[in-house]
Amino acid sequence: MQFIKDRFKYLFASTKGLILVAIAMIAVVTAVWGMLSGPMAELGVREVVVKLLGMKMVQAEREGRIIILYHSIAMAVVAIETYMVTSLLKMKPFYKTAINAIITVGYIVTMIFGLGFAYFGHNWAFHGLYISGLSLIFFAGVLMVIALWPWDKEFYQPDADYARAKSGLDLERLAFFVTALTTVISALFGAIPGSFFGNGFETFLAENIIRYPEKTTMEYSIIGHLHIMLALIAVMITLIVGRWLNFKGILHKFAMPLMILGAIVLNLGVWGVVTPLEPVAHMIIYVGATPSMVAALLLLIWSWAKLIREGTAHLPKPRFGQRIGALLRDPLKFGPTWQMLFMNFTTSGLGIFMAVKLDEIFRVWPAREERIELTGHWHVLSAIIATIILLYYGDMLKLKGKVRQLYGWSIIVLSDIAFAGVTIFEMKRLFVTEAAQQPLVNALMYAIDFGLGMLLALLAVVMVWRLTDLLKKKGRWTEEIHQELSQEASK
Amino acid sequence: MKRILPTIILLAALLAACTDVDLNAPLPTGDTEHRYETGINVDAWAQIPAGEFYFGQHEEVEATEAYEIMLTDVTAAQYAAFLNEALAAGFVKLSDNQIKGFYPGDAFHSVKHEERIDAGDWIFIPLNDPAQRVRHDGATFSVQAGYENHPMTMVSWFGAWGYCNYYNWRLPTEMEWEKAGRGTDKRPFPWGEDILRANANFYASRDPFEDMSSFGSRTTPVGFYNGQTYDGYATINSASPYGLYDMAGNVWQWTGNVYEGMHYRFLRGGSKDTYDMDLRLWVRNNATPTYFSPGVGFRCAR
Repeated sequence: MQFIKDRFKYLFASTKGLILVAIAMIAVVTAVWGMLSGPMAELGVREVVVKLLGMKMVQAEREGRIIILYHSIAMAVVAIETYMVTSLLKMKPFYKTAINAIITVGYIVTMIFGLGFAYFGHNWAFHGLYISGLSLIFFAGVLMVIALWPWDKEFYQPDADYARAKSGLDLERLAFFVTALTTVISALFGAIPGSFFGNGFETFLAENIIRYPEKTTMEYSIIGHLHIMLALIAVMITLIVGRWLNFKGILHKFAMPLMILGAIVLNLGVWGVVTPLEPVAHMIIYVGATPSMVAALLLLIWSWAKLIREGTAHLPKPRFGQRIGALLRDPLKFGPTWQMLFMNFTTSGLGIFMAVKLDEIFRVWPAREERIELTGHWHVLSAIIATIILLYYGDMLKLKGKVRQLYGWSIIVLSDIAFAGVTIFEMKRLFVTEAAQQPLVNALMYAIDFGLGMLLALLAVVMVWRLTDLLKKKGRWTEEIHQELSQEASK
Repeated sequence: MKRILPTIILLAALLAACTDVDLNAPLPTGDTEHRYETGINVDAWAQIPAGEFYFGQHEEVEATEAYEIMLTDVTAAQYAAFLNEALAAGFVKLSDNQIKGFYPGDAFHSVKHEERIDAGDWIFIPLNDPAQRVRHDGATFSVQAGYENHPMTMVSWFGAWGYCNYYNWRLPTEMEWEKAGRGTDKRPFPWGEDILRANANFYASRDPFEDMSSFGSRTTPVGFYNGQTYDGYATINSASPYGLYDMAGNVWQWTGNVYEGMHYRFLRGGSKDTYDMDLRLWVRNNATPTYFSPGVGFRCAR
């Protein structure tokens, strides 16, 4: 009994245990549900999985199923970010315990009963529990906003190396607070239309109605919701990476006000989509996204400069190659900001190109081509956030030597191969006609499947390793049970 | 060697991706003189009675008047015959390797992203595209051997509209199209609730015309999925409740609605290039009316 109690305490009461559970849950869902679409469906694997698990795939319910699947995975990601925030930032112990407990119950209930409702027959009690899970996560979010309140003098920043107001107000904490607050508010933009489900509001996928000139307010609300939630998850992970790497100095002082401004304006733009401001909402969003992206760029410049400086400290006059070697020597510290940069090639840059050439190129193609671009775009964005979490997790595990190199570089290289493949797939019509596309499609599919498949295999190895570790009396978990991320943030 | 190996693999993959596709690869019979005959009358029309039906994914009850709709998509042979007549009659003209015809234009409402469709000559089909199966030898239009009973593809919305209009028919509205495919119950596919590979021609459906390792998907003859077996390949009879064939898969079909504030025209039915989810009867696709593709065809109503 003590055996189980100790493991349970690690898994559900320690930061690293909670993160491990959430990653494991996502890994299982990704592995199983990944077999229901794309190449797995082509190969006939979907049919086997559906039969084996007794899934009920009603054709008319596909869109609803997918929305619940997205939410199930996204809520676990939000939980991971929450655990990171409660472990990295100072807050009253009660809040930390309450937030972690509530969000854990919330995302697990959401995932189990949401997927149960969506894929195994419509049991409406399950639907109720799914909504209850989401409500708990919302409540945990409200608590986190309270816990992060930055105007409490206890949390003022005493160190002049970090961004702070004259009063001592910690601007980084304010950025976390603004991101958490706007996330909670933005959740309502999905929750309110969702509450009308079956009562004047029907499920839809945004990418399917993108070209319709007339949309209802609820449809606009959902479209705004999905965009801003993903953007805010990205903003939050950027802030988390900054704290993990101990971002400070002059660039920190510029970055944090930009982060706060960007998050506020971005949100105002997205919320404006459901108001008469809709015609100019996109412009407000561009204005808001710019400072956020500049802030992320400042983090990248600072972290790369730090890696080079520390890696060449022993050399009197480092050469260019030595500087690059220093930059690349630790994939777990280099990777997160590299992935942010890579994101600009695969999503941000592409998004801007699409916006500029929308009517001239992209809207000449059929809507289904545009759908591929849109879904590819946010799948890559979501997956990049996931890889950044996995890189941070590798650092939490205190991986060293060749294992650290192998783990870090595998995540970076494999994911980037897959994301590059997706990006070319999205844009393939620019350089190949439909009639002649098959060899290119095949090559890209091999690249994407190889990248993602190997990445999942790596994750499986890590999960099996962690499982066997849990079975040991003096496993790594016995050390992790007391570790907090704030103690491990770079000095 | 360890460092060179990934580079070699990458280069090999890139070279494989650049392989030319043989658009004239042999048909499954291996002989252009001998093609699969489906036995379906391509000149037949289905009678659709007036009345209510379930429209769209969320099953709104709508109604139509009585109408007739073609049992199959317009075939390449039918379209070539039309072009021969229409060119002689001055209904279409040959210009810049394109067949063009007059369209009276649409009202313009200056809505965001809306583009003008003015009265004038618009493209019906391109003649110089390698994927085009209809040929012109300077005097007569004909069809590439073996493709006569395949759906007419590489045809723009104007080309579909022009064909129907020439014979005093019209393109079906989206509602008419869906009712003809769905009947009066709530089925997602013309034949019923679930989809199997032998029901329709869709992406990776493993029909005899497909080779995913080289040229990918190709069209199947209209009415192919009628329960007949072709050289050992058994199909399931997948007609709609009103007896229409190919209402799911093979080629997207242009519909006739012109909606206020948008120049896009809507397509229904999914195609040889889409996953099965796009073959559900309520799924909508759209494109500019000048768009043409090897996966887009049409049928008429009257």
